[in-house]
Amino acid sequence: MGVDIQVEHLNAWFGKTRAVQDITLKMSANHATAIIGPSGCGKSTFVRCINRMHETVPEARVSGQIRIGDLNVYNGTSATQVRRRIGMVFQKPNPFPTMSIYDNVAAGLKLNGFRDRRQLDEIVERSLTMAALWHEVKDALRKQSGASLSGGQQQRLCIARALAVEPQVLLMDEPCSALDPISTSKIEELIFQLKQRYTIVIVTHNMQQASRVAEYTGFFLLGNLIEFDKTEKIFTNPSDKRTEDYITGRFG
Amino acid sequence: MSRAMTLKASQADLSVSLWRRAIDLLATFAAGSAVVLVLLPLGAVFGYLVYKGIGSLNWAFLSQTPKPVGEAGGGMANAIAGSALILGIASVIGVPVGIGAGVYLAEYGRNRLGDLIRFTADVLNGVPSIVIGIVAYGIVVLRQRHFSALAGGVALAIMMIPTITRATEEMVLLVPTAVREAAYGLGVSRWRTTISITLRTAMSGVITGVMLAFARVAGETAPLLFTAFGNTYWNWNMNQPTAALPLQIFVYAISPFDEWHRQAWAGALVLIVLIVVSVSAVRLVAGRGMLKGSS
Repeated sequence: MGVDIQVEHLNAWFGKTRAVQDITLKMSANHATAIIGPSGCGKSTFVRCINRMHETVPEARVSGQIRIGDLNVYNGTSATQVRRRIGMVFQKPNPFPTMSIYDNVAAGLKLNGFRDRRQLDEIVERSLTMAALWHEVKDALRKQSGASLSGGQQQRLCIARALAVEPQVLLMDEPCSALDPISTSKIEELIFQLKQRYTIVIVTHNMQQASRVAEYTGFFLLGNLIEFDKTEKIFTNPSDKRTEDYITGRFG
Repeated sequence: MSRAMTLKASQADLSVSLWRRAIDLLATFAAGSAVVLVLLPLGAVFGYLVYKGIGSLNWAFLSQTPKPVGEAGGGMANAIAGSALILGIASVIGVPVGIGAGVYLAEYGRNRLGDLIRFTADVLNGVPSIVIGIVAYGIVVLRQRHFSALAGGVALAIMMIPTITRATEEMVLLVPTAVREAAYGLGVSRWRTTISITLRTAMSGVITGVMLAFARVAGETAPLLFTAFGNTYWNWNMNQPTAALPLQIFVYAISPFDEWHRQAWAGALVLIVLIVVSVSAVRLVAGRGMLKGSS
């Protein structure tokens, strides 16, 4: 089951530049929240703070609080613990190139010391089924490399890989920007299914996509959260002039 | 009029395409001759070795130890075994240290210490092999008070390490950040990611580096002169003086006996064949785990 994500006064820096400025918002369980905004507005950085990925960049820094359910992300826990609860899907599909399809999905569990083979088989099948990829790859699970699949399949493989560790939250950083329209619609359908079980945060450049998949939308500009509301409200009747300018295409 | 113009245009097209085709042909020819130029010395060396060496190559050569001077026959079996022993020792020491250092440089070495290691490795790479032999003499032979396969192995290991280190570093740096991030995103710790994801992804390139280093030191003579020293008898004890193919070739080649000269040629042929065979064998074994479509 998904859990709420509560962000309080979050700031993130790259060296001396502050990329994310004093953000407070709540993303609710079992819903999809879209983060929109022009390039370089801090959307990706914001999302990467949620699973402490931001700090893997040299000279990166974070302040503020994030709570995921009862887990305090920046206090009293380790980055690896946090990341085990949060699945992440990246902009470009990034399967492990030397691993088979099976091993790609099982990687998170295997590398964290999970050994039960029979259970692993079940989890791999379940994850691939959830990611709507099982029927396309079930005959080549161990023979074929994850890198041999098409771009859209690779991205669904990455989603399956993220789901296999049974996270509570799924972060998606522009998951469709490298995909063609058919793959995109498959992944959007998938998001629809997945939000019954997970809390989903999706960064997107595509406003139609945001309105299709997300109940809530946050609009970022220059590191600030300008407006956060129900998606419908953001796209039909935004309260801030800057949001309106952006969604009507006057800039960005 | 318009017809005349199209005719002219098409003539121009034709001449351009002819010109381009000529250039294309020329470039292909140039590249082709470059390939021939590269392969020619290799083929010549190998061909000459076969021509000179094949006559003395027989089962006795591969299975017997050297005969005393004046007696015909005998072989270099002990030197082949000795080379294997010394190279085995060198690989056991050199490969883990080299790969470890390379991974460190690529993943954690963007600091003063890293620069120092890189610089040291590059200098070490340029140190003449005879000097490395003296170093091994100093740290192993003097302490043991006699020559040994171990000393030879240490000398060759020191030569392998910088090559493997820099090759590993380059290969690990080629692994995209996205692959590492995928592992971090699954809650895999940094050291686990480095070993199980990054190094594994870079493995085929790392193996190439290791094989290059191996092939390079397999033919080294100078560092073995006063470390492994040579031996006319069988020896499997790594604390005893041991024969090695390059040493045996050297001794036979500068001897005044025709029979020994012929055997030196055969020894050189065997050395080259063994290097090629072991390098290809490792490639084959390493390649067997490869999956369809993996890069």
